[in-house]
Amino acid sequence: MHIPDGYLSPSTCAGLCAAAAPFWYVALQRMKRALHTRLVPLLSVFAAFSFIVMMFNLPLPGGTTGHATGVAVAAIVLGPWASILAITTALIIQALFFGDGGITAIGANSFNMAIIGSLTAWAVYRLVSGRSAIESPRRVFAAACAGYVSINLAALAAALEFGIQPLLFHDASGAPLYAPYPLKIALPAMMIGHLTVAGLAELVISAGVVAYLQKADPALLTTTAPGAAKAPVGVGWKSTKPLWFALAALMILTPLGILAAGSAWGEWAPEDFGNAAARQQIAAVSGNVAPPAAAPVGIARLASVWTAPMPRYAPPFLRSPSFGYLLSAIAGSGLTILVFLSAGWASRSFRRQRE
Amino acid sequence: MGVAKLPKAARVKGNFIERTLASLVSASEYAASAEALAASGGALQRVDPRVKVFGLFALIVIVAASHGLSAIGALFVAALAMALTSRVRLRRLAGWVWLPVLFFTGTVAAPAIFLTPGAPVFSSGILTITQQGLRSAAFLISRAETAATLSALLVLTTPWPWVLKSLRTFRCPVVLVVILGMTYRYIFVILESALDMFESRKSRTVGVLEQADRRRLATASAGVLLSKSLQLSGEVHLAMQSRGFRGEVHVMQDFSAKARDWCWLGGFAAVGVAAGWIGR
Repeated sequence: MHIPDGYLSPSTCAGLCAAAAPFWYVALQRMKRALHTRLVPLLSVFAAFSFIVMMFNLPLPGGTTGHATGVAVAAIVLGPWASILAITTALIIQALFFGDGGITAIGANSFNMAIIGSLTAWAVYRLVSGRSAIESPRRVFAAACAGYVSINLAALAAALEFGIQPLLFHDASGAPLYAPYPLKIALPAMMIGHLTVAGLAELVISAGVVAYLQKADPALLTTTAPGAAKAPVGVGWKSTKPLWFALAALMILTPLGILAAGSAWGEWAPEDFGNAAARQQIAAVSGNVAPPAAAPVGIARLASVWTAPMPRYAPPFLRSPSFGYLLSAIAGSGLTILVFLSAGWASRSFRRQRE
Repeated sequence: MGVAKLPKAARVKGNFIERTLASLVSASEYAASAEALAASGGALQRVDPRVKVFGLFALIVIVAASHGLSAIGALFVAALAMALTSRVRLRRLAGWVWLPVLFFTGTVAAPAIFLTPGAPVFSSGILTITQQGLRSAAFLISRAETAATLSALLVLTTPWPWVLKSLRTFRCPVVLVVILGMTYRYIFVILESALDMFESRKSRTVGVLEQADRRRLATASAGVLLSKSLQLSGEVHLAMQSRGFRGEVHVMQDFSAKARDWCWLGGFAAVGVAAGWIGR
């Protein structure tokens, strides 16, 4: 995520520095007004904390490890403006002193991580946590979402910056002068790593720190929770009541899927390649490129490996497509809940046995 | 610095506590070595920090803006010469800068050799190496290595407070300079807290921790560190207020450029102009 020197052209770096400047200015003015004499010590110590947290080696689900930026934690505890300044400070020290991230790319790194990261994390956290109590599990979920979404949006911005380099800057022979990959390579290359490992690291640290603070120091979570309920709204199943209603509503609305015209790109059955109407739909969603005359051998071979009990959300024993959709939604949700309940039960039994 | 040194055994790749400890220790070791080097009497160490900050930053910008590999190569040679005359051992530079940059940027640049369209240089049926691909990989690696070497030279030959004081000469906001200075100081205070926490945990841990427990430990450690940091910021604030801090910041500036510094400034300008002209 830390862009080194040489990956972006000086004009891109200057542009991103100029784009970041108004945010830095507004953040500094707001913080000066809000904190006055506390500004310098608070930002200094928090920037130092962010720097150290970036060195933590986080164990992630699946056995791998990753480093987080801690930007969502900063945005949740300090608010977005102080977070912008604290993360920018940590990034400047990393670039100047530890060579992590380029000196010419300080503006770009700050724009991506400090500005996009902080504002996104704060917005997602506020949106998802709503007015829930400080101790509510919903806030842990909101922090997880904030960490995951913010780091991925920051990575997306970096990928876009990389991806435009070969378009704009190349020598007379056509050799790219800076980051060499166009958008079609830069975007997936950056996003795959961030949607999996880096995003997960940010999710774990954000949710974990908020869960810890809820128990140990809930006062630190009040800055970004102005309308939080005074007491916990409920525990266990009770607190998830609105989610159950939402799930039921979504199930009832599933037949709306039938109204969608055309075919979903890439979700074709082997027989679609021999069907004139389906072929037309495939061509329409593929930029008018005609599909092959017959199903590709790989698709035909793999399609016969597994036959779904409810193919295309239409159980064979039902005539009504709407009812088929509804039944599929109920069956799918029920199975998912069952799998999680079984996993929870197995985990609890395993833990009891070990104890 | 006051940062505890760990035995070598703790630096080997092990569980996540050991790996976290290793990265924390390597940061403190780097800082300690940088401070020791900056205090030694090499050529760059004797130059006015303002000249050094301006000159090295300008060279980094020229590296980034250059459109010629020969210009970037020339600047790399100039950086090597400065390192050698400033008692910065090439082995240290290789360990701290060149190898990590080569590993990261090399991994990023390697596929470009095959993926960049252009005139084929070598083809083995599936993979084709193109001239443009080779050039673009060379640009990326040489730029990253040269810029990283120049920025390392600045930090390895200049005490951090002087770097910050020099930034004031270039109209950097005083509040930013003070925050950067204090952040640097408190990085080591919090680093020491983190090291103590992880070391004490490591000494109490028998056997192997479960994956979930390791995750819980890491996030709880971050939470504890956060609470400690905010408590520390409150204490620092009170200490500053008791010493008369009312929000106004003043930085003392007592640098004075000598004839030698003007010569270095001229040298930086000559190298920069020459490299800029070659790489235009």
